[in-house]
Amino acid sequence: MEQYIVEMRNIVKRFPEVLANDHITFKVKAGEVHALLGENGAGKTTLMNILYGIYSADEGEIYINGRKVQISSPRDAINLGIGMVHQHFMLIDTLTVLENIALSLEIPFWKPLDKIRIKVEEVMKRYGLKVDLDAKIWQLSTGEKQRVEIIKIICRGAQILILDEPTSVLTPTETKELFKFLRKMASEGKAIIFVTHKLKEVMEVSDRVTVLRKGKVIATLETSETNERMLAKMMVGRDVIFELEKAPSIIGDPILKVEKLRVLNDRGTIAVKDVSFTVHSGEIYGIAGVAGNGQKELVEAIVGLRRKISGKIFINGIEIEKLNPRDIGEMEIAFIPEDRRMGYIPNMSVAENLILRSYNKAPFSKWMLLNYNAIKEYAQKLIDEYKIVTPNENVMAKLLSGGNLQRMILARELTIGKKLIIAVHPTYGLDVGSTEYVRKLLLKRRNEGSAVLLISEDLDEILALSDRIAVMFEGEIIGEVEAEKANIEKIGLMMAGVKEGE
Amino acid sequence: MVIKIRFERRVSPPKYLSILYVIISILSAFFVSGFIFKAYGINPILAYRIIFTHAYGSPSGIYETIVKAIPLILCSVGLSLAFKAEMWNIGAEGQLLLGAIMATGLALFTPTPPSIIVPVMFIGGFMAGALWAVIPAILKVLLNVNEVITTMMMNYIAIELVRYLIYGPWRGSKEWGYPITDEIPDAAKLICIPGTRIHIPTLAIAISTAFIVYLIIMRTTLGYEIRVAGENPEAARYAGISYLKISILSMIISGGLAGIAGVGEIAGIHYRLRYPESISMGYGFTSIIVAWLGRLNPISIIIASIFFGGLLVGGYVMKMILGLPVAVVYVFNGITLMFILVGGVLSQYKIKLRG
Repeated sequence: MEQYIVEMRNIVKRFPEVLANDHITFKVKAGEVHALLGENGAGKTTLMNILYGIYSADEGEIYINGRKVQISSPRDAINLGIGMVHQHFMLIDTLTVLENIALSLEIPFWKPLDKIRIKVEEVMKRYGLKVDLDAKIWQLSTGEKQRVEIIKIICRGAQILILDEPTSVLTPTETKELFKFLRKMASEGKAIIFVTHKLKEVMEVSDRVTVLRKGKVIATLETSETNERMLAKMMVGRDVIFELEKAPSIIGDPILKVEKLRVLNDRGTIAVKDVSFTVHSGEIYGIAGVAGNGQKELVEAIVGLRRKISGKIFINGIEIEKLNPRDIGEMEIAFIPEDRRMGYIPNMSVAENLILRSYNKAPFSKWMLLNYNAIKEYAQKLIDEYKIVTPNENVMAKLLSGGNLQRMILARELTIGKKLIIAVHPTYGLDVGSTEYVRKLLLKRRNEGSAVLLISEDLDEILALSDRIAVMFEGEIIGEVEAEKANIEKIGLMMAGVKEGE
Repeated sequence: MVIKIRFERRVSPPKYLSILYVIISILSAFFVSGFIFKAYGINPILAYRIIFTHAYGSPSGIYETIVKAIPLILCSVGLSLAFKAEMWNIGAEGQLLLGAIMATGLALFTPTPPSIIVPVMFIGGFMAGALWAVIPAILKVLLNVNEVITTMMMNYIAIELVRYLIYGPWRGSKEWGYPITDEIPDAAKLICIPGTRIHIPTLAIAISTAFIVYLIIMRTTLGYEIRVAGENPEAARYAGISYLKISILSMIISGGLAGIAGVGEIAGIHYRLRYPESISMGYGFTSIIVAWLGRLNPISIIIASIFFGGLLVGGYVMKMILGLPVAVVYVFNGITLMFILVGGVLSQYKIKLRG
């Protein structure tokens, strides 16, 4: 019999109204990268949370190294050599990298940080992970934060690594580095569980793959014996269209015009350096770039969440000094924020979330009184139109799945924003089905004459949707190309700061 | 075999739990407080029987319970609004005293016509309480000064201000040197239900305020903004809801209502300014507990206020009959708050025992 380092047998986990894990059997060998593939809501994260001791299974057994174990808390899991990198990092912003790592280790009484530093530096050198140990967490990029989490886990001596959607926060280059690191870990005999919904990554890094759909295991396969199309079909349960049909764009008037815009970031240094571009009605203008190169500040300046220090912004031909986010509705602008948590209120109902932009306008309110009949009617209409899966409009938004939350935000924003759509990572963390839906919707709006500013780190997305593509690097737009003439290598180089013609 | 207790987050806590945990919290508080009675050599069951029969078992007990509930309703309804906006106002006590000072001052030292003195006192009291609350709010919004500390400290300033007035400039001329002011004119005294100390105008204001604040929170754009800002400040920024406006407005209402409670205590009960601890038996502090017990819902707060009003009455009876210090009641209050806060968190989790 083959020896598995992790064996989860017949795991069942029920949530109210959902069977999250339906008799799942999942086995991982030492020395392999095992991809756990599935759409959002397929039960991947639940299964991993059971393995890591955050949830307990209703039924089923777990064996580690062939020994039956009870994992009742993350502490149990850590003691069994299991480490997990969550989607949301568990780091303390105001402490340094070293201090954060120290928190997860046994802290020596005398000169604790010096001793830990030696250990951490050794780990970093061995695996080629580079982070400034004395930087505060808030100063780091998301990719660096992830590296800190990984270092934490290795320092604790984990033999089994769980990474939950690790690449969703990484740039292409960082992803490559991560994969290299994962292969190295596997070659040392550690078991890597790589949770993802991205087919390409499964093909690229994993040895074997287990596909989940609706809480059930569809198959466990050798990666070399499968392909993307086959996996997609297993994951979604139907054929998936990879190529979006894109009608030729009919360019209209300039809707958004930015001239020599200069914006500071939170730390007071220049984040956007004299950026100029124009987005016309009927086109999608994509801005590619590694996160942290000023995209966030650029968007915030346009929608009025951040002050510009110089330059001009024109919307519909009118110069805007600083937009009041309240006026976004009047100007028919849709804004899909980077961080979904900014775009909804977890403890308020879906209906109340849907009127966030328009609660103070007729028909939703009059003389400060909210008209709940109108709100209900409107909410039901949007739930219908955008196929938001929810029992009714009074359900708390926090109970929606990621894909449905994004649909809710899109429904709200696209209903009021017909002229200009500013979408930042609109498919971030969404499953294949929802991603397809969002992309189609953006294209439809473009065909109907909206101007779309699309900001994404996902190059495939930028290439699939945009009519023109700009690349942002260190606060500047270092190149702009027509989509037909673009190729992924060229844009990838520009994202790394290599200018055109260099 | 070791029994392990584990906590698992509930995806959506069932409705009945929210009431159940309040009841369990109160019962637990009674249980733990029982040891204090025991330490005094008194049978806890007997003690609770005395408290409840005197607070709720006779007409006079019920009247007194309502008298105590009036300021509690006003203060805690105001607090519920501030807490919803995530403004942690711990200063209702001081805001109440400012209302009391204003009412006394207006009644004694201004030539306000007797026909309008009562409404003038209420308005003045609201403004004084609001002023006391808005100072911390401004410090918070402009300089990010922690409002828990400033509202708390403003309490002591208010308490000492009352002391200064009654020992100094406002000491009564007809009071043989006692540290109290003169009695306010009859026109400024509130009408009571005959045979009781229940001052009708304040009671009416308290009850209607609870309903109005409920409507503000649930049915108006302002309430919507307060809920959004309190639940997710980032979303509020995104929607262009002014944090400044929400913080300041919620503190004005919160402080103002505490101020009205202070007016009621002067014009309905004491008829003069006296020791701060006589005017308010810690109403401003107790109302923090009441607000949480009522789960920040103004209608539930009315019920919670009557419950705690009864405890205050019972506490005094206990002092007289059993010779216990009134502080026992405050100890009970504190224990209850802890259980409610812990219960509120625990009700978000499933608790599993595993052998």
